[in-house]
Amino acid sequence: MYGFEALTFNIHGGYLEAIVRGHRAGLLTTADYNNLCQCENLDDIKMHLSATKYGSYLQNEPSPLHTTTIVEKCTLKLVDDYKHMLCQATEPMSTFLEYIRYGHMIDNVVLIVTGTLHERDVQELLEKCHPLGMFDSIATLAVAQNMRELYRLVLVDTPLAPYFSECLTSEDLDDMNIEIMRNTLYKAYLEDFYKFCQKLGGATSEIMSDLLAFEADRRAVNITINSIGTELTREDRKKLYSNFGLLYPYGHEELAICEDIDQVRGVMEKYPPYQAIFSKMSYGESQMLDKAFYEEEVRRLCLAFEQQFHYAVFFAYMRLREQEIRNLMWISECVAQNQKSRIHDSVVYMF
Amino acid sequence: MGESRGGGCCPPMDLMRSETMQLVQLIVPMESAHLTVSYLGDLGLVQFKDLNSEKSPFQRTYAAQIKRCGEMARKIRFFKDQMSKAGVIPKELLEKESDIDLDDVEVKLGELEAELVEINANNDKLQRSYNELMEYKLVLQKAGEFFSSAHRSATAQQREIESEDSQQAGDDLLESPLLQEEKSIDSSKQVKLGFLTGLVPREKSMVFERILFRATRGNIFIRQTVIEEPVIDPSSGEKAEKNVFVVFYSGERAKSKILKICEAFGANRYPFSEDLGKQAQMITEVSGRLSELKTTIDAGLGHRDILLQTIGDKFELWNLKVRKEKAIYHTLNMLSLDVTKKCLVAEGWSPVFASNEIQDALQRAAFDSNSQVGSIFQVLRTKESPPTYFRTNKFTSAIQEIVDAYGVAKYQEANPGVFTIVTFPFLFAVMFGDWGHGICILLATMYLILREKKLSSQKLGDIMEMAFGGRYVILMMSLFSIYTGLIYNEFFSIPYPLFAPSAYDCRDASCSEATTIGLIKVRDTYPFGLDPVWHGTRSELPFLNSLKMKMSILLGVSQMNLGIIMSYFNARFFKSSVNIWFQFIPQMIFLNSLFGYLSVLIIIKWCTGSQADLYHVMIYMFLSPTDELGENQLFPHQKTVQLVLLFLALVSVPCMLLPKPFILKKQHEARHQGQSYAPLDETDESLHVETTGGSHGHEEFEFSEIFVHQLIHTIEFVLGAVSNTASYLRLWALSLAHSELSSVFYEKVLLLAWGYNNVLILILGIMVFIFATVGVLLVMETLSAFLHALRLHWVEFQNKFYEGDGYKFAPFTFIFTANEDE
Repeated sequence: MYGFEALTFNIHGGYLEAIVRGHRAGLLTTADYNNLCQCENLDDIKMHLSATKYGSYLQNEPSPLHTTTIVEKCTLKLVDDYKHMLCQATEPMSTFLEYIRYGHMIDNVVLIVTGTLHERDVQELLEKCHPLGMFDSIATLAVAQNMRELYRLVLVDTPLAPYFSECLTSEDLDDMNIEIMRNTLYKAYLEDFYKFCQKLGGATSEIMSDLLAFEADRRAVNITINSIGTELTREDRKKLYSNFGLLYPYGHEELAICEDIDQVRGVMEKYPPYQAIFSKMSYGESQMLDKAFYEEEVRRLCLAFEQQFHYAVFFAYMRLREQEIRNLMWISECVAQNQKSRIHDSVVYMF
Repeated sequence: MGESRGGGCCPPMDLMRSETMQLVQLIVPMESAHLTVSYLGDLGLVQFKDLNSEKSPFQRTYAAQIKRCGEMARKIRFFKDQMSKAGVIPKELLEKESDIDLDDVEVKLGELEAELVEINANNDKLQRSYNELMEYKLVLQKAGEFFSSAHRSATAQQREIESEDSQQAGDDLLESPLLQEEKSIDSSKQVKLGFLTGLVPREKSMVFERILFRATRGNIFIRQTVIEEPVIDPSSGEKAEKNVFVVFYSGERAKSKILKICEAFGANRYPFSEDLGKQAQMITEVSGRLSELKTTIDAGLGHRDILLQTIGDKFELWNLKVRKEKAIYHTLNMLSLDVTKKCLVAEGWSPVFASNEIQDALQRAAFDSNSQVGSIFQVLRTKESPPTYFRTNKFTSAIQEIVDAYGVAKYQEANPGVFTIVTFPFLFAVMFGDWGHGICILLATMYLILREKKLSSQKLGDIMEMAFGGRYVILMMSLFSIYTGLIYNEFFSIPYPLFAPSAYDCRDASCSEATTIGLIKVRDTYPFGLDPVWHGTRSELPFLNSLKMKMSILLGVSQMNLGIIMSYFNARFFKSSVNIWFQFIPQMIFLNSLFGYLSVLIIIKWCTGSQADLYHVMIYMFLSPTDELGENQLFPHQKTVQLVLLFLALVSVPCMLLPKPFILKKQHEARHQGQSYAPLDETDESLHVETTGGSHGHEEFEFSEIFVHQLIHTIEFVLGAVSNTASYLRLWALSLAHSELSSVFYEKVLLLAWGYNNVLILILGIMVFIFATVGVLLVMETLSAFLHALRLHWVEFQNKFYEGDGYKFAPFTFIFTANEDE
């Protein structure tokens, strides 16, 4: 029902939309970041954060703080927000919110599997997992020896199961396999999420399509850059690109044959929305690419809040919070390691 | 204080105008700054301005101290948490705080925290092993049961099979050769099965079983038993529902898988022996160790309780101290550092009367801190509008709150709170006139007032808190409603001939009760309030309606007139003759020539007993003012008077609208002109004013804006005169609703129940009556009458004069609210 969401949206979604917009108002502003960047030590950061929404999460931490504690507590706040919203949500919003988690689930699966491969302690790995991507039997992942077992033992119970259909091989797990698995899973996940949003229709599908397309394109570029110089064949590489987005299908053809970063750049500059990102960088450089992409993503996420009566605000809020936590982590690390000159390298300002 | 600005003839009225404030500057030497701020906090009469608003919190001078206080506050919160867990109640602060040093407190807190943490850690360790043993014991018991039952059923089965075999052996040897073969293999070379026992959380048990099954491709046998009561999990220390499981497996590969899965599911494994004798031995062993541990843990807990008790003794003291210190440092952070870094400069608002006290506090602080130089106190001149500060007491504060809820008065503006003290409860009572209900409310509020001391120290619920805060308002409301109730002659809707018997009596026995016809006046008029004879008559409602309606209009017109007169006082106080001539006077004329006239007509009608129709008079005064009044004439020359009044009302509208904006424009131009030529002989002082006061001469003057504003104001007043007068009719409406409701409850519940002559029904009826009276009349009706009285004050009364755009004086003080959140 395109254009008629305003009529009925508030029946189920009004409360939560109000909540999420309230949360958005709690995101740190540029002024906050400027203040944070002037901090001398982690206690200063804590002191500054105590005036923000994170205050109650950090106030009971004893004084020698660690970066991990800050990040952990801030993530806890995000998780609490998410859980609160999930509890209140009705269909189809609850499914939509669940979709937001799947990305973290994939990351966690990959993290645990890689960790076990390198014989790390499972408990230690579990602590590193993102709390949003936790599921019941996640610790059991360590038991699996190959993909098939992984699927049959654990993942068949999780929402990720359908995404696995494409990467069921009996090969033993190794780093390369796992990375391919991650990307295949992500591809399936994004495509599924995209389809789901299309089904929802209205402003949700309009905005989410844009956001997800950007996500897919960014992943395509990253896959290309990361696979340069590895034994991944062109065909395999192309298989990992999601089948939607601005680059699909012609851009994918071209990306698949890229041999170095400048070729990637050549391909991407044909697409006006990405031209701006690449034009900021000098040739041959790829470090700043991540930040440039993040900035573009944040810009698009912020735009999602301009429209009302759609679910994309939830996605946008979660993503923005995650970006904020990444920023906080970076700032804290820089402060803790006395690298204050590098603070601005990776912080993405939001408002 | 009052006589200094009482203004000669008038008695002092502290509440009418807010306190005169001044912007003061304190220059305090560094060494005595802390003590100075502390003394000023005790005094609580200075509102500090933040002079460092551009600095972020940790860049300020005393950021480190604030961090220290924050850390101490955290420790105190930790203690509080621990104490509430252990059920230790901190001792209340009895004597005035003895002087304690912050550093000592910090050290002490640190030591205590370390000790407490260590004790807790030890306890946790002990508790953990205790819980482990507890789980082990459960495993031993449950798994033991399982093994013994399995053993029994196995032997029974064996016997059954053997007996079956021996029976069938002869008959059909050919039929079951395989089975027999298998059995022989079974007995000769049995596969060695391993097994594991342990506990798994109940909500995970199904998944656990499923994963085990999948991981070993079904080559396991698992048995689970539910433990009825929740078990304390050793690692988390929380109670959890758990199952005991026994898994049988074969082979090492399976074992390692199972171990991994157990680990992943947080299933604790415990060694277990098949041998019954060993089992019994282990159970006794575990029980012994359990009781041992129990005594150790109890001893540890005792130690901890003692420690917490010692903390509890001083807890409130420390808590107060730390909060005080934190507040002091926050205030100190608002002061700006002098260039020489030797003194701090503070700016803030304080009432003029407090100058001496502040100076005294400064001197004491300088003396007590052995400072070489004293602090400097000086008054700054400023253009900023000062905060509004009313010195209220516990009686007036609630009323002032009611006014402040609408808007805080502009600095030194006439305060409607003065009149609200009486008019608010009175208007409430007009709507809530019943002396029975009034007495009920009076009793309730007397309870609150008499137990004031006790109640004010404890934390009440949300609603209770509200009622307690407004207890004096409620007292006034109840007194007034007893008064109006006596006038309306209603006691739970029943009239009583309290002051004299009714003036009327039946002429003969034939006159029915439901009519006034046939009544003759036998005595003097009923002396006070309504004659009880009206009750229950057919003309009761028309009579009361007419009475209350007219009364409402009289009350409304007088209150609105009062509001306009207040605007005169405001204009005189702020020396604005424009407002007197072109706002106050036309407004007075307009309101009184229409509704003042109506009030006069009402009074004349009451006095003369005329039959004139006032609606008709008022309506045709506008529609056809030149027509003859005929039978509606109340006094001679009424038509001429009406024509004059109508003319005055019409003339006063443009008087309100037009002159003021033009005069303001002229004034502004004059001022502006004066400025562009003047400043040759300006004194230093005025220069000073200009620099501190900011933009002095360059105030924006937008004529169209002023004009539109005036237009809106005029329209609002003219239309408002009609609608506000009509709005006062709510006094009649609510009063009617109240008396009708209470008579319904009385007649339809109490009298109906009475009529049945049945004790049970009577009791039921009384119960319903009481609940309805309390719930509907005493609570809901009170609330609605309160709200309507509130509206009449906020809208109809205050919009005549009240600007309410000031801000409240918020001095720095140590009076913390009971449970302040940081």
